[in-house]
Amino acid sequence: MKQYAYYPGCSLESLATSYNLSTLEVAQKLGVDLKEIKDWNCCGATAYFPVDELLAHTLVARNLALAEKDGLSDFVAPCSACYKNAYFTNSYLKKDADLAEHINYALEADGLHVNGTMKIRHLIEVFIEDVGLDEIEKKITHPLKGLRVAPYYGCQLLRPRKDHENVENPQFFENLLSALGAESLDYPSKTRCCGGSLIVTNRKAALDMVQILLQDAVNRKADVIATTCPMCNVNLEVYQNQVNREFGTQYSIPVMYFTQLMGVALGIKPGKLGIGKELVSGEPVLAFAY
Amino acid sequence: MDTELSFNDEIANVMYATHGNPIKDCLQCGTCSGTCPAVEFMDHTPRVIIGLIRAGYKDEVLASNTFWSCASCYHCSVRCPAGIDIADMMYALKRYSMWKGQHQEGLIGPVFSESFVKMIVNSGRSFEPLLAPTYIFKNGPQGLVQEAQTATGLMLKGRMPLLPKKIKGLKKFQNMVRRIIPIGEPS
Ligand code: SF4
Ligand code: SF4
Ligand code: SF4
Ligand code: SF4
Repeated sequence: MKQYAYYPGCSLESLATSYNLSTLEVAQKLGVDLKEIKDWNCCGATAYFPVDELLAHTLVARNLALAEKDGLSDFVAPCSACYKNAYFTNSYLKKDADLAEHINYALEADGLHVNGTMKIRHLIEVFIEDVGLDEIEKKITHPLKGLRVAPYYGCQLLRPRKDHENVENPQFFENLLSALGAESLDYPSKTRCCGGSLIVTNRKAALDMVQILLQDAVNRKADVIATTCPMCNVNLEVYQNQVNREFGTQYSIPVMYFTQLMGVALGIKPGKLGIGKELVSGEPVLAFAY
Repeated sequence: MDTELSFNDEIANVMYATHGNPIKDCLQCGTCSGTCPAVEFMDHTPRVIIGLIRAGYKDEVLASNTFWSCASCYHCSVRCPAGIDIADMMYALKRYSMWKGQHQEGLIGPVFSESFVKMIVNSGRSFEPLLAPTYIFKNGPQGLVQEAQTATGLMLKGRMPLLPKKIKGLKKFQNMVRRIIPIGEPS
């Protein structure tokens, strides 16, 4: 069984515990061995780059160095922002010798060294590419028949451009949802930003951006919005009541991690997937599987 | 020092690891502004900001809220026909304005970035609720009530840790940080 260096990121320990739970359950079911990186630090999301670019890269590089030390080849992040950070710091390490030298000078004080040799993956890629949709389909016991899902990619999973060929209209998320037996909707806002990084600093702009995504899902008669990132998820779910207050709307649409939907379809008990921790209940979703 | 750097060059210099094209290649086509999901909250559109930088309107640029309203979604960057990483330029402008201590009054962005960095330096991990008081105050009492309701909801669902976690190798971690920025002795 292939072992992966797993980088949960801070949100998975607090606001997004359900993402962590469902990730670990589903990974186990599919034979993906996630080995958590020891003593990892916060990668800084979008908050360091405004302050110091070298520091931002170094904080990311420390986690890469820890993972390299374990001798593993793939670094896996379930958070799209962590994934994007790791992906780019890793690629700059290879391309920019000067930057690599500065980073390694700092890492030396922590007894570490980074080479930038890992393959950086988002969790959803590991399931789709390494396990494969056929394999997943074979293990489905509770197909999500008739469940209308809006697949929300968000931004950092796709942008800036990484290995994905299609940044404007990707299809891999839809394909995964179909494999689960769900009805994957044509969701025009699927790659539109939710304003996650603005929720603290520019609340009004962020709520406006969330509202557009929620309305679009309602227009498509979605039963649930599926996400691949803790920040997108929190933004769309936790702030729904604030959107309602701001716009006089009555949105009440469940938002779930793709791993939770996978878990349900794979027959894992909802409680083990963290279902029940939502502020907008995910209960209606379960009715499609049971 | 012989010649003083133009504002254009200064901005280019703070985009340290960007491998996108320099802003002098901008065609002023407006694709970035048309793409931007946050444009209606900006004083100047991304296209105009680039025009202003190139024309050397430094004070005008630093006084605008444009880069602080950028959500870092990189949609402009992947669409720019001239291959400019506009999102990264917005980060560069944030850094530049923080270094110069010159930014629009009442913005939360600069305060937030600084407290976030402090938190990480002190614990190695991030912890949203710790930051809450700093920014809730800026959002006014209405923000406080809303935030409290959200927080209570999350607490009841077991989604909020009460204390920030610290990484084990914190001392060495801080030594690493010290090689990049001055942070004083650990608190
Ligand atoms: S993106 Fe967020 S949650 Fe993920 S580690 Fe980085 S800061 Fe912490
Ligand atoms: S939280 Fe929003 S801004 Fe951040 S990656 Fe997700 S979609 Fe983009
Ligand atoms: S899209 Fe690119 S070329 Fe067009 S205005 Fe924006 S930065 Fe300039
Ligand atoms: S990265 Fe910033 S400027 Fe570019 S489209 Fe997104 S929000 Fe607008």
